[in-house]
Parts: sequence; structure tokens; C-alpha cells
Amino acid sequence: MTRVLIIGNGPTAHRLASALTDKGFTGTVTILGEEPRGAYDRVALTSYLTEGRDLAYPEISGVEVIKGVKATSIDPQAKTVNGTIPYDVLVLATGSAPFVPPVSGRELDGCHVYRTIDDLDAIRTSAARATTGVVVGGGLLGLEAADALRGLGLETHIVEMSPWLMPRQVDEGGGAVLKRHVEALGLTVHTSSGVLGIEGHEKVTGLRTPDTLIEAQVVVFSAGIRPRDELARAAGLAVGERGGIVVDDGMRTSDPAIYAVGECALHEGQVYGLVAPCMTMAETAADRIMGGAAAFTGADLSTKLKLLGVEVAQFGAMSGALDVTYLDPVSGVYKKLFVSDDASTLLGGICVGDAAPYATLRPFVGAALPAAPSDLLFSPVAVELPGDAPVCSCNGVTKNDVTEAIKKHDLTDVAGVKSCTRAGTTCGSCLPLLKKILTESGVATGTGLCEHFAHSRAELFKIVQVRGITTFTQLIDEHGTGRGCDICKPVVASILASLNNGHVLEGEQAALQDTNDHFLANLQRNGTYSIVPRIPGGEITPEKLIVIGEVARDFGLYTKITGGQRIDLFGARVEELPRIWRRLVDAGFESGHAYGKALRTVKSCVGSTWCRYGVQDAVTMAIDLELRYRGLRAPHKLKSAVSGCARECAEARSKDFGIIATEKGWNLYVGGNGGFTPRHADLLVQDVDTETLIRTIDRFLMFYVRTADRLQRTAAWLQELDGGLERLREILVDDVLGICADLDAQMAAHVVTYADEWRATLDDPVKLSRFVSFVNAPGTPDPSISFTTERDQIKPELLQVTSR
Amino acid sequence: MTWTPVCPLPDLQPERGACALVAGEQVAVFKAHDGALYAIGNQDPFSGAFVLSRGIVGTRNGEPTVASPMHKQVFSLVSGVCLDDPGTVIPTFQIRVTMGMVEVSVK
Repeated sequence: MTRVLIIGNGPTAHRLASALTDKGFTGTVTILGEEPRGAYDRVALTSYLTEGRDLAYPEISGVEVIKGVKATSIDPQAKTVNGTIPYDVLVLATGSAPFVPPVSGRELDGCHVYRTIDDLDAIRTSAARATTGVVVGGGLLGLEAADALRGLGLETHIVEMSPWLMPRQVDEGGGAVLKRHVEALGLTVHTSSGVLGIEGHEKVTGLRTPDTLIEAQVVVFSAGIRPRDELARAAGLAVGERGGIVVDDGMRTSDPAIYAVGECALHEGQVYGLVAPCMTMAETAADRIMGGAAAFTGADLSTKLKLLGVEVAQFGAMSGALDVTYLDPVSGVYKKLFVSDDASTLLGGICVGDAAPYATLRPFVGAALPAAPSDLLFSPVAVELPGDAPVCSCNGVTKNDVTEAIKKHDLTDVAGVKSCTRAGTTCGSCLPLLKKILTESGVATGTGLCEHFAHSRAELFKIVQVRGITTFTQLIDEHGTGRGCDICKPVVASILASLNNGHVLEGEQAALQDTNDHFLANLQRNGTYSIVPRIPGGEITPEKLIVIGEVARDFGLYTKITGGQRIDLFGARVEELPRIWRRLVDAGFESGHAYGKALRTVKSCVGSTWCRYGVQDAVTMAIDLELRYRGLRAPHKLKSAVSGCARECAEARSKDFGIIATEKGWNLYVGGNGGFTPRHADLLVQDVDTETLIRTIDRFLMFYVRTADRLQRTAAWLQELDGGLERLREILVDDVLGICADLDAQMAAHVVTYADEWRATLDDPVKLSRFVSFVNAPGTPDPSISFTTERDQIKPELLQVTSR
Repeated sequence: MTWTPVCPLPDLQPERGACALVAGEQVAVFKAHDGALYAIGNQDPFSGAFVLSRGIVGTRNGEPTVASPMHKQVFSLVSGVCLDDPGTVIPTFQIRVTMGMVEVSVK
């Protein structure tokens, strides 16, 4: 049996191993990785820092991964690595190392590179005690790193040797537009600037350039990469003069039993630092190892990416006989096409601020232009992609591959296309194109919220959080179109409320709210509202019950006990709401948030205090939880319950989070639902103490608030979560994403900033002024509202429907 | 044409409606993001409730709209046409500002 040993556990190694498995390789595959963790997606590193995204690749079954072991030697004669690990075929996927320029002070505490998760964790630690950071290098990776520093809340500088940013992807004109975008985000850009040295004793205090001293506590070097070829060099394999392990078209090194793939390989004098060619190399090597004849013949270096919110793309050549430029400095868009001297053949293009031409025109590089160049730039025409056009260059998928997969497997969404074709699984830049092909194939798609935002709720949440956006206007101006609608406005209102804890009727936020949130009450069918005061845990004193009764009687309201152990008061007119709430607040009641996508109620049984069977004090727990999470705005309503024993009288397992007492402590169940699609909640943690219970619920709720879709209850969210309950436990309990501290802090902030919305409204004449029937006749009640009587209570009179 | 003063212009919150009673008619008045004013009937034709002034203001393909807070049908603030059911049209009224006062005419 052939033993394949892969040194290195990056994306290329992972791809090679999965390609071998997919192709039915019958030998053994072992991966030796020096990092203490499994393979992860390096392309998305920044999202790990700024969003806490999990970058881990799925494990490949049947492949042995040895983690935390560095390969130190290869013996090509004995065919062993480190003297002990035997191989028949060895693949070097050792990647590259960041280049750190030899400047003084580069070893100081606070200096970092940007390559691994460990690097990012170290940057995060340094950033925690820093105010300013500098990134050395204004290329693709440098801007990524700058985005990360900015996401960590640092004032960020970029120092770049070239006269403009991203010199390998854009020309001077594009660089100028890019710089304006970056500066508009508050970053400082120093171009044509070298680094003289890093200042500081033990810790970094600044970075000196020929022009200035930038005071900073964090420095990230991102000034290029060098292939890691030292193992190969020591083993006597051929390496290039400027580094890189020499390989042929089959990825074979000068030793026929040894291959090299990815960033460490030197093919035809070229080292590739982009993910797409590395993936092609992995596929080629896998084919060759299995006796195939696949050949790597160089790669397209086109790139499209979104950095710091700016789209940048480059495809084909970066020069040509003729060029056509579109420049809109107002909206920061720069697009340039290079064409042949007879203006008939497209040679390449550069885009900043709008990368649309990348998707539509890249397939035409080297071919006849589908329209006049100026038309293509000025008024984007719909261009039909040819069938053999590459859609996903990372994985070599053409449009035909995608359309055939859609037909063959009846695919209806991007996720399906990704899993069937691999398109879009690497850098993700072709996802919009996949969506478009799906649409063209007659399949409706879209995770975008509505016509105003192409983003899902979770994406908008990240944008608001990372960019520190505080108003709807800023968000839609920068990331959307138009002025919003009844779908996106409440979503944004909820996100702003989740993150800022400000009053939901403050300033511009008021205009975003659904009518329920706007009047802090629930709209009923005849235009009146219902009122639900909070009754934590369902426990209420006789005095308070009497107040509710008196208020209902005095205002003529219909009363009903709700399913959540509260009392609902129906039939209040808009102008009556403040007067009703004045009485309730004075008696010690507060908003029950029955009108909001927020925590509703925590039901409870009487628990061990009274019940013969109870094993824990369910009522106190329910009250504590309700008071802790009251007012928390979420993608949808949140319900909870606490049962004092396994008899489960509070029906906790039908709740978003339900707690059931045990002899030893508490069991926490999550993702339950009554409603339209009932679902029993799943056991997340068992027999935990109160502190652990609350900490776990804190994290569960905040993680849900961050990542769920609009109007997605926890049940659906959990079912769609990649890796399911097991994964959720790893994230919330084992903290595999390293986000728990953030989640804890976010919940702590919610708890301390909570204030009763109704009390705050009663104290604010501006907010109160909106509770009128008619602006020009505030004393006149709405004449359309009338009631009859049923079982001694009011009942709304039916209204005349006037639509056809 | 009779103009009825409704409220001072600053009393209208941008992108949020208010209801006025004009010659016995319930009129929902709106001030858009760009300051443009609109007046439509306050009754939601689908539920019969007089609630359109409490809907969310926005745009659909650039057209200013309000969504009924009852069941979310979207109406054009310009034409009164229900964009989700173009056969249903609600009344629109003239609106203007005179000396800082918003005025509506229903006839």
C-alpha cells in the first residue's frame, strides 16, 4: 500500500488530501503539521479576528493528521522524515513565511506577522493594551492586516514602499482612488515610505519612517512572503536562486518520490502566493500520485477581493496598446480596460470601488469584446457568459460545470452549488456569479434581506459591529441602496439595539421601528394596541394584580392571561398608552417587550419552594434570568422557562432556552420551539451550577443575536448551524472560536445598560408627543374604533375592508 | 381648493408618518428622507383599520412607499397604488408648506 506523507497542513495540503480521498486513493495519507490545530482557511484570516469566524476545515475521514510536530529533516534515501516517519511518496506543502525586513527593533514585543491563527491571537493580545497600530506593507495582505487592526479598534497606519497601495493589482489611478477609500475609513496611508526602524525598549512604542515617527504599540509586518524551502534545500532537492522548490508540470521535484505544492513550489521560475493556483497544484499532484497525467501549466493571477469595504479587482494584463478609463471620484469608482490596438480584443482590466466588470468581462480576456469598451464601463450591459467561461478560478469550475450540476442535482441555492461543484468554497469571490447563474437557470435565490441590502442579517450585524456604524442612514449609504423598507429597517433597528443598547425611539432609530416597537405596544386588528407588563417568572403580588385590574377597569380594557404567565390588556388607543403606562410604572411595572423581537418571558413552575417534587428553586432562577435578559433585542422573539424537576411543568423544552433542575444543578436545553413548527430543545449542558448555567446562556443568546438570519428562531438557526449542537457546544463551552470573552462582555454590557423603555419614554416629552391620535386634533379619539360587549368585556367591532 | 393647516413642519419626523383629521377625513402625512411631503388616506384597505400613518416608510425601486403595519402591503406614497396588488389604490391628497405650517387639502 502506498504511503503518502504530506508535510504542512495548510489549505493546499488539505486540498491535496481531500482530492486523494475523493479520487478513491487506496493507500494511506498522513499529514504532518507544525501548528497545534487542524487545517484552516488562511484566506479568511481577518474574519477570525474581527468576527470570530471559525476557519477550521472539516476533517477528512481516513486521513491521519499529526498536529504540533515540525518536520526537521528528510532522508530521501531511507525515505523517512524526522528519521522515523516513513513514506513512499512525500509531498512538501510547507507554504511560505512572511518576510520581515531587517530593521532594528523588529524583535520587540508588539511586532507581529500575519500568517497563522497564533499570529492573530498574539496581535489581539497586543491590541488589547494599544491605541495605535502600523502595518508595514500596503499590498493585498497588508490591507487585510490593516482591516483587522481597525476591527480591533486601533487607530491604524499603513506604510507602503511603492507610490500607491496594492501596486501588484492596480495602477496609479486606481491606487489614488483606493487610497481615498481607505483614508475615508479613518486609516492613515504613508506611501513611497520605507521603514527606518522600530522604536521602543522591550515593547514597541513607535515606527520611524524617513518622514516621521508614528507612535504605535503594535506593528504588523506584511511586506511579502518567502517560500519555505529549507527542508528541501537541506535534503538536496533543487531550489530556485531566489527561493522556491523547483517542480515540473506534474509538481514533481528533482527527487521523483517527492512532490511540492502550494506557495513553496517554484514552477517555471514563478512562485504563486494566491490560493487558486495552489489548489490547482494540489489537484495536479493528487492526479499524478494516482498515476494520472494532469499538468500544471501556470495560472491566471486575476484577483477580486473586498478589502476594507472596497472592491478591488484585476484580471488579465495590466497594460495594453489602448486603454479606456472610467473615473468617478465622487463615488470612488475607477475602472480601466486594456484592449488591443484595434480595440477589438480585451487584454485585461483594473477595478476599484466597483468590481462588476471582473465577473462579466474576465471570461473575455484574449477574446473579442462583447461591446464597445466605453459601453462596458459606463453603462454596464448584460453580458451573457460563454459556457466555458471560468466561474470559480480557485477550483477550476466553468459556467457549464455549474449549470450542469444545477440540472443534474436540482440545485436551488448557492450552498448546493458549492457542495456539488466546489465553486465558491475557497475565496468566495464568485458567489454573486453563482447566484446569477442560479437565477438564469430559473432558480430564485437570495440571502439578501431585500432590494436595499444584498446582505443577510448576520452579515449586516458584522458590518455594523466591525465598522462601528450607529445609524441606518450611514449603513444604507455605505452598504445598501434606496431608503429601506419594512423588512430591512426593523432588522437594522434590532441590530443597532443589540449592539448599542440605546433607547429604541431615540433619534433616527424611531423611524426604523415596526409600529409595535414604535408605540411600545402590540397592534391589534382594529388599530388599537395591547399592553403586557413584565411579570418576571410569572410571580406577582396581590397588590400588583389589583393595580392591573384597576387599570384595565378604568381604561375599559379586555384582559386575558397569556401562555407565558403574564396578563395582556387589549383595546388601548394610541393616545391612552402613556396614561396607562404612567399608572403601571408608578406601581412598579416595566415593559414586558411583548411588542419586540426580544426576550418575552421566562415561565416557571413553583419549584422546590412549594412543590413536593421540586429539586431546585425554579422561580428564583426564572426571575433572575428574566431580569438579566429583559430588553435584549434579537433576530426574533425569545422565550424561556424553568422547571424545578424532571416532570417539566413549565414546558421548558418547547422554549428557545429551557432549564430543567436536576439533583446536581441544572440542565440547559436550547433551540426549542412551539409555534408553527414545534421542536423539542436539545440538551446543551448537563448538571451545571448556576454560574456556569448563566454564562452558557449569555453566550448562547449573544451568539444567536450575532449570527441568526432575520426572523429566524433559535430552532431553525440551530438546525442550520454547521456542525449542529456539537459545534455549538464547542463554540460556547470550549471556546474554539475564541469569541466567548467578547460574547460575555457584550452580554455584561447589555445587563448594565438595560433601562425600562416605558419609564424612559414617559420621562421624555419628545417621545411622548408621538402618542397622539391626530397631530391637529390630539384630543379627538380615532372615530373608527368602536367596541361591542362579549362575556362582560369589550370586543372590537368589525371594520369594513375596502380592497377589492 | 381648501387648505387645512395640520402641524408645524418640524413636528413631522423624517420617514415616519403622522395622522391628521381634515374635514372628517383621516389623512396620513409623511416627510421623506429628502424632505418631500406626501399625504394619503390613513385607512388600510386590506384590514379596514386606520393605521397607514404608523407604517414603515421606505422606497421600492426608488419610489417612496409606506408598508401597512397590519399585514405589510406596500403602497406608493406618490400614487396611492398598492405595489403588491396594483388593483387596489388608496386616495392621495395635496400637501404643501405655508409659512412653516404643513397644509393638506382633501378637496
